[in-house]
Formats: sequence, C-alpha cells, structure tokens
Amino acid sequence: MLAYLVRRVIGAVILLFIVTAVTFSIFFLVPRLGGATADDLASRYVGRSVGAEQIHETAVRLGFTDPLYVQYGRFVKGLVAGTDYNYGAGVERCPAPCFGYSYLTQTPVWPDLVARIPVTASLAGGAAFIWLVTGVGTGIISALKRGSILDRSLMSVALAGVSLPIFFTGLLSLSIFSYGLGWTVQGGTNPLDETNPLWWAYDLILPWVTLAFLYAAAYARLTRAGMLETMNEDFVRTARAKGLTERDVVIKHGLRSALTPILTIFGLDLGLLMGGAILTETTFSLPGIGQYAVIALQANDLPKVLGVTLVAAFFIVLANLIVDLLYAVVDPRVRIS
Amino acid sequence: MRWNRITTATAVSAAVALSLVACGGPKAKPGGSASEGGGATPEFNAAVGKIFNPSDKKGGTLRMAITQNWDSTDPGDTYYGLSWNLVRNYVRPLMTFAAKPGAEGAKPVPDLAEAPGVPSDDAKTWTYKIRKGIKFEDGTPVTSKDVKYAVARSLDKVTLPNGPTYFNDFLLGIPANYSVYKDPTLAGVAKAIETPDDNTIVFHLNKPFASFDYFAQLPSTAPVPQKKDTGAKYKEHPIATGPYKFESYNANTGISLVRNDQYDPSTDPDSGRKALPDKITVAFNVEGTDIDNRLLAGDLDVDIAGTGVQPETQAKILADPKLKAHADNVPAPRLNFTVINSQVAPLDNVHCRKAVLYAADHEGYQRAYGGPIGGDIATNLMPPGITGSEQFDDYGFKTDKNGNVDKAKQELQQCGQPNGFAMNIAYRTDRAKEKAVAETLQQSLKRVGINLTTKPYPTGDYTKLYAGKPAFAKANKLGLIVYSWGADWNDGFGFLSQIVDSRVIREAGGNTNLGIRIPEVDTMIDQALKTTDETARNKIWVDIDKKVMEQAAALPGIWAKGLLYRPDTLANVFTNDGQNMYDYAAIGLAQK
Repeated sequence: MLAYLVRRVIGAVILLFIVTAVTFSIFFLVPRLGGATADDLASRYVGRSVGAEQIHETAVRLGFTDPLYVQYGRFVKGLVAGTDYNYGAGVERCPAPCFGYSYLTQTPVWPDLVARIPVTASLAGGAAFIWLVTGVGTGIISALKRGSILDRSLMSVALAGVSLPIFFTGLLSLSIFSYGLGWTVQGGTNPLDETNPLWWAYDLILPWVTLAFLYAAAYARLTRAGMLETMNEDFVRTARAKGLTERDVVIKHGLRSALTPILTIFGLDLGLLMGGAILTETTFSLPGIGQYAVIALQANDLPKVLGVTLVAAFFIVLANLIVDLLYAVVDPRVRIS
Repeated sequence: MRWNRITTATAVSAAVALSLVACGGPKAKPGGSASEGGGATPEFNAAVGKIFNPSDKKGGTLRMAITQNWDSTDPGDTYYGLSWNLVRNYVRPLMTFAAKPGAEGAKPVPDLAEAPGVPSDDAKTWTYKIRKGIKFEDGTPVTSKDVKYAVARSLDKVTLPNGPTYFNDFLLGIPANYSVYKDPTLAGVAKAIETPDDNTIVFHLNKPFASFDYFAQLPSTAPVPQKKDTGAKYKEHPIATGPYKFESYNANTGISLVRNDQYDPSTDPDSGRKALPDKITVAFNVEGTDIDNRLLAGDLDVDIAGTGVQPETQAKILADPKLKAHADNVPAPRLNFTVINSQVAPLDNVHCRKAVLYAADHEGYQRAYGGPIGGDIATNLMPPGITGSEQFDDYGFKTDKNGNVDKAKQELQQCGQPNGFAMNIAYRTDRAKEKAVAETLQQSLKRVGINLTTKPYPTGDYTKLYAGKPAFAKANKLGLIVYSWGADWNDGFGFLSQIVDSRVIREAGGNTNLGIRIPEVDTMIDQALKTTDETARNKIWVDIDKKVMEQAAALPGIWAKGLLYRPDTLANVFTNDGQNMYDYAAIGLAQK
C-alpha cells in the first residue's frame, strides 16, 4: 500500500509539471509561433500612450526578451526555490512556492491564491455535502419507488437541475430569496470575514443550494441508475434470502456497491470545484479561485492564469488520488484485487 | 444505523438552514442609515449639476463597490476617472477640481498650492507656492521637494505604468526611460523641476503649455515622501495628506479609508472637500447586477465606477417611476465615435469619407447605446460639457437622423466611386454596443453601395495590436474603427489632443488616435498650447473640432450619458462637469 501511495504521489508531481509545461506553452510559446514579438506581449502590460522604448523596457522587466526555456526555467525555479522581485523601490523575496507576480498589479500570485482557496473550499465543501445527501437520497428513493409519481417528479426536478445553468438559477435565487424576500445576504460578502460560523453558513447558504441543485440532480440520476442495476444483482437477492431487513439490504449491499462510480465522480467534481466554481463565485461575488480566474483571463494576466491552472490541476490530481485510495474502503472487491 | 445517520444529518442541516433564515434575516451591515433622503424628495435628475439633499452632517460609512478593480490607488500610477475622483479624499495635488456642482466643478482650484500657477517664459515655466501647515498622515510637514519627488517618480512608466504621460512629454530634458529608483538624487529632473525653497516649486517645459493648471491637478502632483516610497507597492498605502488615510488594502477584496487626524481643514479653503463620512469602504470584484441590486435595496451607497447601471437594471429603473426618481442621467465627457482611417483607400479621398458621414444612420448609432438615455446624437467631436465647446451640425445629423442617401451618393460620385466600395469595420469583441454600431453602419452604408465587413478584435489588444496599430489597420483594410473616448479633463486639450493630434500616433501601436492625420490640425494644436488667454484658446479648440469634421476624419456617434442610481442613504450628492459622476469629495450620508 505504501509503495502504491509513493508511486501515485510521484506520478502526481510529474503530471503537475507536465501541466505547467503545457500551460506555459499555451500562453508563451503559441503567441510566439503566431508571430508576436516580446514587445507585442509586453504592450498589454503598459499604460496608455507610452512609447516603444517603454514597451521594450517593460518586455525586459517581465523577462519576455529571454529565450523561452529560460523563462520556463525561471518559473519552475520560483515554484520550487522561490525568487527575488524588484518592485522599483527595492527587492523582496518571494518564497517557494512562488507563482510569480501579476504583470498588472505587480503583487505576488501565491498569497492571492492562499487567501482565496478557503472561500472556494467553503463553497465547494458545503455544496458537496448538500448535493451528496440530497442527490444520493433522492436517487435511492427514486430507485426504490421506481415508476411511481414520486420517482417521476423527483427525476423531473433532477432534469431541471441538470439543465439550468448556474447563472440563471443563481440570479433567480438571488432575486427571489435575497432581494425579494430578504432571507439571505445580498451578495458581495466574504464569508471568511465572519467570526461566527453560523454567519459564515448564512453567507453561503444560497450559493451552496444553487450549486448543489446542479450537482444533486446529476447525482440523483446516477444513484438511481446505479441502484436499479445493483438491486437486481444476485448478491442482493441472496441478502434478502438471508432474511436481512430491507434497510440493511439497501444500505449495506445495494448502496455500497452503487457508491463506487459515484465516489469517482464525486472526487473529480470536488477537485474541479476546488479549482474554482467560476459561475457560482462570479454570480454571488465570492472572492474565490474561480472569480480570480475570470479576472486573470479578462486581463490577460498570465502569472495569475498559470497560478489558477496549477492550483486547479493540483486539486484534481489530489482528489483522484484520494478517490483511488477510498475505493479500497468502499468496495471490498478492490481490496481483494 | 447508517440510515439513521443520514436521516439525522439531513434533518440537522435543514434545521440549521431554517433557523439561520428564521433568526437571521438580512444581516444588519454597518453603513449609511436608511432615512428617506434626509427630507428631500427624490426626483429624476435631482443630482445632475445641483445638490440633492444638501448636508454638512458628518458620520457613517460610505459603502462603495466596483465590478473588478481599477489600475491603482497610487496617485502617481492611475488613469481612471473614478480614481481621480476618489483620490482627492486621501491626497492633495497642487490643484484640484472644485467639489461643486455643475460647471463650477470643472475648474481647477488651488489645493496644495496657495494659488494657480504663475506662467513665465511664454508659458514654458510655471511656478507654484505650496501652502504652509499641510502635513502627511505621520505629522511630517509637506514641502515642495515632496511634490518634486512625486512628479519625478510618476515618470517611471515601467514601475508605475498606468498614469498619463503628460509630464514625460512636456517636462524639459527628461532622459529616456527615466526612473527615480535608479536616480535617487533626482539629477535627471534637475532641468525640469526646481525647488528653490521648501514652499516653491518651478516646472520647466520643453514647449509652451498655457493650461498647465490642468497638469497641476493630476493626482501625480500629490506629494510623496521619498523615504516612504515603496515603488509598485506604494498603492497599498499612499501616504495621506487629505482628510482620509488608508486603513486597509486588499487587492482582491477592497480598501477602507478612515479619517486622517493630521488633516487640517483650515489649510483647505478652496477645494470644497466636505469629508462627511467617517469611513469609506470600496469592495472590489462585486458582480455588476449584484451591485445594482444592492444599490436598489439600500445595502450599498455608490457604484464607484460611476458609468451607469447595467442594461437590465436600467430597463427596470426606467419602467418604475419610484426607482426613476432615484436616478440621474449624467452627461459624460465621452464621445462614442467611429474613426475614418484615411490610410485605407479610397478613404484617402475626403469625398468618400463624407459619403460615410452622410449615409450613416445616426439614430441607429444612438439606439446601439440604449437610445436617448445612453446619450445624445453627436454632431461634432467635443461633448457639450467640455469648457468652451460649441455644438454645430454641418452635415445635418439631427435633421437627417437616419442618414441622407442622396448626399452620400453625390459624394461618392465626386470621389470617383459611384457604385460604392468595400471596406472593413473594426470593433471590440466583448462590447455588444460597439457590435451593434458596426451592424447598424453596415446596414445603413449598404444603401449607397458601401459594403462593410465586420471585424471584431479582443478588447485588451484592440489599440495595442490591432485597430490602434497603424500597420495592422492598413494591412487589414480597417477603414472604419469603432471607438470611444473620454476626456482626461474637460477642456479642449484634455478631450481632443490625444485623438486628433497625428504626432501622438506611434507605429508600435497602443494609440488613442486611431488614424486622424490632418497637418493643419497639428499646427492649430501648437497654437492652442501657447495661447494663455482662455477664451482665445477655447476658440482654437472649437476650430480644430470644425477642421476635423470638415475633413470628415471621424463619424461622431453619441455624446454619452450614464444612468446612475442614487439610494436614499446618500446626502449632499451631486454631479459636476469635472467628475461627470457623483463627486466623491463632497458626498455624505443621510443621517437619521
């Protein structure tokens, strides 16, 4: 087990470096292949009405005039060993992992990410809990009451949930519950500013429910399909024949088996969300990783884009790793194999 | 057992959620009190050029928000109108626009300086005396050397890239790529700026500039103590001389300003600053619709961007008389227009350019920006709010709102293109209104055989790599370039110089003049720069406007307006021709 874990961790680190190389190439190599010069790239990061000399000086400051391998090497060195940054009036140390400095605001990227990860984690964690409980619960009920009005109703709601985009349900729920009924906070707050956990939850309840509605729907349909398949398996019939109660049959045998694919999807979804719930964070003005990604992309702020990409990749790789390890816990068959 | 746990967890979650809703309701946030405008009756445009709910009462927290962030809070590194408005709360430039309603608010008045600048040497030398008794937030007295350092540091466009380049362009003998961080003794600006004593500063220019007081009101003339300068990080805590100082700065979430106890109102007799709120907060990265909804709910006081509400909110406000009574349709010193690029044949012929002007659908142009609420049909370049501007309609845009096809065809005959011609029109990809302009021009010009192909380009690179790069524009036949321009300040120079002076066009790109090249205009600009008599100077700028129109070098679209929402939480709120949004140095909160 330990060897497996070490192997997976090394693989994950290699994968992350491949991600840095690919992302770096997309933003730095591809424009060069398209004919953009170092000064062309730098011209995005200068003010209005500046001359060619200042553009070139900026290109030098940002390192665009160096060969690409030198630029990439500098980026990787910053990640693993840190780097020094000249902010005009002095030089400061950017300790590892240094994701570089914003080309526009000249502020280090890593502290921004560190400040935003808890917001995204708060959003993703709470929403995941809600969608897991409601989605799986709904799926089980639907599977057990297959063909009933309840099943059809729940699946219709699930279909709506899958179909409606966040920016629609989010704005609609804000309009009704926040601005209309005044039940929830009126957006734009940072839940981490709250000292009382209840207020933290209060700030997040609407984003949680909105995000969970989308995912719960998918999980309900997935659970229902899995349960329907599992409940027809021989071992379920055997469990019933043994005289187990229906609850034990459903939970201990049916659901446990149906949970394996759900766990896989859950890991991926959670990992993806930890890389930024772009639409939810934007709609509810939550200062998380997703909002940061939007800002970075709109401004062509490449160090920020690289930072977000790496963080997102890290969480996806981590989530996959955890899911693989959890397989063994959830499904005894994996343990045996 | 497991079943029970799931059931219990679900029940507990639901109970927590319900109890939060039941016991909480909307949280009471600190900020402006929600009185009914302090007794004033809200009405449409009640704060346009006049004070709504006048007040001198201090107190409360002024809550502002913006969808993203602006370039910088460093006074020497900012080019946003909202920033130049806000900055007057925490620093004091040599001159400033008076915090007064209407046209009075567009006049530069002494702030750090005792009086307006004294010109000599044919307006190539300007001298200012600094007021005594002004201190930084740490109690250190302000001297002329702090102003010299502030202007000198703003010349470094690599460390502080965002501010305007007027001082770089006009100060005498500034070395290329000058940086105070490489020249701590300021030897490089010795010819340009002198400080004979602690209360006097003298600027030497490389050419005459008669309206230097407008340069002196730039935030970059606000003093900066050299020892406290932190370069690119100075924005995190600019050292205050104004009535407020920085309490906190977070590039992701926002800033807060609190009162500066070293600010002495007796040293500030001319600016009109009120400093009414006890605290000012600005939240960054708040979603646009969310900002509007919070304004409408009274949970936010000001959208600091000051450019107007979102289109969907605008429709909602205009449809509801109660909401409309809280709205102000504020004229902006902004022209939405289309440059006619004379470098692309056959637009090198003035008659072909005139054909475009006659064939265009001006009402369609206005519709693209939301109709009359979005702005008035522009008949020439300078908007009405520009000091000394005149409005004229040589092409009959207001009488022929949908264009004059006959005259357009006559011009095409004279141009030697009786059947029209094909051309490309550029606009910014993510700007729906500019796309609508391109499409309406495409339709209206087609009536006379001018066939336009629309060419969208990314906003971020529009002026730097595409439409604003002469070689690219010419090679890609960008004959028409949809654009928008707001004045740096409201006089002829502040509005026109950067869009009609052919000498500001740089081959490297990043231009704001997207193709207007008229030698007579360049000569007239030089004449205006050295004319110290304001009336005569303003007349020259009007003549420049007329020359550009005579040469049909641009198609004016609309003189823009923005629809601002004025919550009941505000007091002493007004717009003026200096800020063209609510004046943030005068605004206060309605007190219960």
